[in-house]
This record gives sequence, structure tokens and C-alpha cells, in this order.
Amino acid sequence: MDNAAEKNKAANTDLVAVNPKGLRFLKIDKNTKSRIADDLKSFILGLGRWVILIGVAYVILGPVLGIISRSFFSDADNYNTMVYMIPQSPTTDRYEIAFDTLNYSSTALSTILYSLTLMVIQVLMCSMVGYGFARYDFPLKKVLFACVVVMIVIPTHTIMLPLYMTFANFDVFGIFGLILGNSPNLLGTVWPMYIMTFFACGLRSGLYIYIFTQFFRGLPKEIEEAAYVDGCGVWYTYFRIMLRNAIPSAVTVAIFSLVWQYNDTFYAKLFNISDSVLLSKRVATLASTVGNVYKIYDPNILQLYLDAGIVLVMLPLVIIYIVLQKQFIEGVERSGIVG
Amino acid sequence: MGKKKKKTKLTLTRRRSAKGFLFIVPWLIGFLWFYLRSLFMTVQFSVSELTVSPGGGYTLDFVGLDNFIYAFRAHGTFKQVLTTSVGNMLIDVPLITFFSLMLAILLNKKFKGRTLMRAIFFLPVILNSEAILAAMKVAASMMVGGLSSAGAEVSEAASTGVSVGYYIQMFSNLGLPNSLIEYVVGAVGRISSIINASGVQIIIFIAALQSIPGSMYEVAKIEGATAYETFWKVTFPMVMPHIITVVVYTVVDSFINSDVVTLAYNTAFSEKNYGLSSTFSLVSTLITCAILAIVVRFIQKRTFYYN
Repeated sequence: MDNAAEKNKAANTDLVAVNPKGLRFLKIDKNTKSRIADDLKSFILGLGRWVILIGVAYVILGPVLGIISRSFFSDADNYNTMVYMIPQSPTTDRYEIAFDTLNYSSTALSTILYSLTLMVIQVLMCSMVGYGFARYDFPLKKVLFACVVVMIVIPTHTIMLPLYMTFANFDVFGIFGLILGNSPNLLGTVWPMYIMTFFACGLRSGLYIYIFTQFFRGLPKEIEEAAYVDGCGVWYTYFRIMLRNAIPSAVTVAIFSLVWQYNDTFYAKLFNISDSVLLSKRVATLASTVGNVYKIYDPNILQLYLDAGIVLVMLPLVIIYIVLQKQFIEGVERSGIVG
Repeated sequence: MGKKKKKTKLTLTRRRSAKGFLFIVPWLIGFLWFYLRSLFMTVQFSVSELTVSPGGGYTLDFVGLDNFIYAFRAHGTFKQVLTTSVGNMLIDVPLITFFSLMLAILLNKKFKGRTLMRAIFFLPVILNSEAILAAMKVAASMMVGGLSSAGAEVSEAASTGVSVGYYIQMFSNLGLPNSLIEYVVGAVGRISSIINASGVQIIIFIAALQSIPGSMYEVAKIEGATAYETFWKVTFPMVMPHIITVVVYTVVDSFINSDVVTLAYNTAFSEKNYGLSSTFSLVSTLITCAILAIVVRFIQKRTFYYN
């Protein structure tokens, strides 16, 4: 039909006016015109969107790419102003030294283990508390839920000193004092973090409890009722049925928890957790350690080693993120993050 | 938990509520033990002088409001750091909120490469570590040209060939108010930090946009609403309740990363002045909470709740 329309484009206007067939062609012509206008409009809108998105993506990715490319720079490249992004004589020296200094394989393993175990505890405890808030009625429920919000709003930074003191001589009603003779100092170990997380007061636990509560509220009650009718107990229902259903929000919480735990330096510094356990803390001293051990006094060169170290620190996270990216975004969309 | 059950089988209800209580018991213990007790202790520390005894314990001497008076009258940097932190927070929060809403709308539409784009935009959430951020800042300033290098300080942009001063001059010649120009220039200067701080907010807004029923847009379309009207009459009111969530998150996040917290940390662990550090924490937290209360109330009044 388009072909025919083009053929008739050159046709006499009189002929078109008289000929009913020609009238139809005229109509089509009008349609194509508005279609072209529509196409142009959506093209311009799409272009505008891409300009904004690419611009913002550049601001995000720029420094990351910068770190990656600079970690391959040799000393000469670093001072050659003609070198931009692509090193002239790339070297993997930075990685070798950073790898050794960080004691990478063992530190990374222990960091991942630390974050993973804390993540599992977070998901279990916070989903349990969220389930309790969403499905059961008990006295003072509203006040207690307000306390969860308080946990979100008042950051741990406000109460860091008392926490420090609490774990500096850790005691529960004097029980440890009675048994051991003196209350143990838990600072310098990973125990404070595990204890706090177990009692659902770990890193951003308030937020996770909130997410789970909102999610469980949205689930239909019939699921549990069916389980009760079939003779399931409360705990069985929770572990085998509700937790299964909460997988979208569990994935969201799991990724947030894993990432924030992995990146956390505040608790690590507060509880003085050993450098050999935590990569994020160890990388902070990488530049000065390399400087001391390899007798490098140029801060610009040391920065290159730090860049390589940062790439090594980012690597596990980026791999996890790429693998779980789809589940994460779907989980965010389906989970009760917005209640 | 119907009312019928309550009348006939009170024991069952009670048993259920006891079981429900069991679910939250671990958190309740933790909250009372770590949070409530610590909050109380922070207040206690702030009105006393704390000396660590060699055995590991500590002793408190009540000094009244001395710490507060010292913080506001005599301390060299506290007032300055506090006002800049609060000022930065007040500038950043609206910018981050609107920026993330805009990006969420862009990312919510269907287009080719959406998955990749989303993955890139959530990257700041993944790479949100102190060490990584510090290194990225250096890397950004090392990369000559580009917005990110202008990000740290606008004056640096002179090296990129864009003369910011020229534009500022031009706009002020147009008669625009100085404070507005300063705000815009500040916003442009902060763009990379704003983008990096809005990862979670974008996620929240995307989830919010997904939860708007599609039938609403159909109705708007049938009624002949333009895209602009659809945004203000459908999208914005439906997203409004989540703006509160985003604002709360952003305020808390920017407080955590502010200089006041660093100052309190250093006062406690470098200068060993525990009482003063508690005072700093307490004052800054109270101010943050006051800001939160005012802002949340302000937005709540204008919020339309669908349910």
C-alpha cells in the first residue's frame, strides 16, 4: 500500500479530489505525516533520556574505570601527561605487591565468610521479628514497632561509646564475672558483631525488620490458615512456608546486608576487629604498608598500589552483584521495600 | 484473629499472642540491651566526666551541663562543623530526592539496555565503602576533564576549558538572585556526590513506580491527559508516601557520613574525651531528629494516601 501511495504522490490534485480511490491515498498520506511526527517526538525523547542516562552513568563509572586503568600504570605512565586511561607500558606489579601485602586470598576468604554468616543471621532473625510484627497481636505492639523505627532513625553512631564500653567488659548480669572472675574484653574479636546481629541489632537491622514486616503484611493470610488446618505448628509454618514465600525480600535484604557488612568500616573500627579478618579495614593501611616495606616514598606512586588494592577489594562484590543482579532487582520490585 | 474467636476462645488468642511475642523476643532483648541502655548511657556520659579505670571499668563524675557549655562556648570547631553538616544536609536532601525520582522514572520505562543501565545505577550502593570512595575521589580528580573532576571543586573546572566564572557572571548579569545562582552552582558542583548518594533512593522509587496500578495510566490516557499532566496527577501523588521514606533514609544517611560524626569519633577515641564526644553525638542527633520531625510533618500534610 505504501508503494501505491508513493506512486500516487505525483498524481494530479484534481484527480485525487474526484477519484474516491485517490481520497483514500490522501488520507494515508496524512497518517504517515503524523506518524513521522510521532516517530520524531519519541526519537527526541529517547535521545534526551539516553543523553541523561549516559551522562550520569559516566559520572558513576568514570572513577571506577579510572581506578582500574591506573592500577596498570607503570611509574613512567603516571608522570606522562600524554597518557590518558590507556597505559603505554602496562604492568601487573601493582597487583602482585598489593596481593601479597593484603594477604589477599586468606583475608578475602575470611571477610566473605564473616559477611556471609552475618548475612544469614540477619535474614533469619530479622525475618522472624518482621513476621512477629506483621502477623501477631500482642500488647504494646505499636510502641514496639515505633522502637524499630527509632532504630532506623537514630544511627549507631550516636550510641557508639556505650557500645564500646559494653563490649570492653562484656557481662550479662554479672554471670561471666562470677564464672571467669573478670568480665571478658570482646574488643578486637568478631564476637560483638555476631552478638549484636543475633539479637537483631546489627548493621541496619532496623531497616531489614521494616522491609520484612511490610512484606509479610502483604502476603495473604490464607496461606498460613491452610497450614494451620493441615496441622502445622507456628514454627513449622514460619520456617517451611512463610520463609519460602518471603524469598524476594529475603534476597533484597541478603544482598544489602552482605554488601554493607563487607564494606563496613565503622563497626570494624569501633570494635577494633583485626585487620587480618577484614579486607575493607586492611586496604586502608595498604599504601603506608607498601611504602614502608618497599621503601617507596612517592605518594603518587603509592596511590597506584592503593588503586590495585581497591580493585581487588571490589572484585568479590562485583562478581556477586553480576551473578545476583537480576534476582536483586526483581526482589526489590516485588519485596515490601516500599510497603 | 477475628473478633468472634476472641469471644469464644480467649485462651487460643492469648496463646497466639504469646507465640507472636516469642518471635520478637530476640530483637526486644537486643533493643533494650544495646539501644535503650546505650541511649540512656549516652545521656549519662554527656553530663559527666568519664575516666577509664585501669581494671577495664570506668567511673563517672557528675559535672552537670559543663560539657554542653564547653561544646558551644569554648570548643574550637564544634559549632562550625555542626552548622556546615546541617547546612549540607539541608541542601543535599531535596536535590537527592528529586534527582533519584527523576532517574527512577527514566529507568522505569521499557527500553533496550535497561538491565545494564539499572546495574550501573545501583553500582554506588555496592561500592559504598569508605576506602573505595576515598580512592575513587582521587581517581576522579586524576582523570583530567569530565564532570567528576569538576565535582570536587567548581574552581577546578577551569582546567577543563569550561569557565564556570563566566557563566556565573552571565547569569548574575541577567538579574537572577545571587542565592539561587549559588545554589545551582553548588548543585552542579555536588553532582557526583549526589549521584553516588542516591542509589538506594532510586531503588525505592523504582519499586514505588512499579506498585502504581497500570489502570490509572489507562484512565488518564483515555481522559486525554498529556504526559505532563499524568505525572503531576497520577505519578507524583502515588509516589508521595514513598518520598517520606526516601527523605528519612537520606537524612539519616547524610548524618552518618557527616563531619560531626567524625568529630565525635575522634574526640572519643583520639582525645579520649568521652563525655564531650557523647555531648557532640547527643546534640547532633537531637538536631537531626528535629529536622526529620519537621520535614516529615511538612510532607505528611501534603501527602495523599491511596489506601
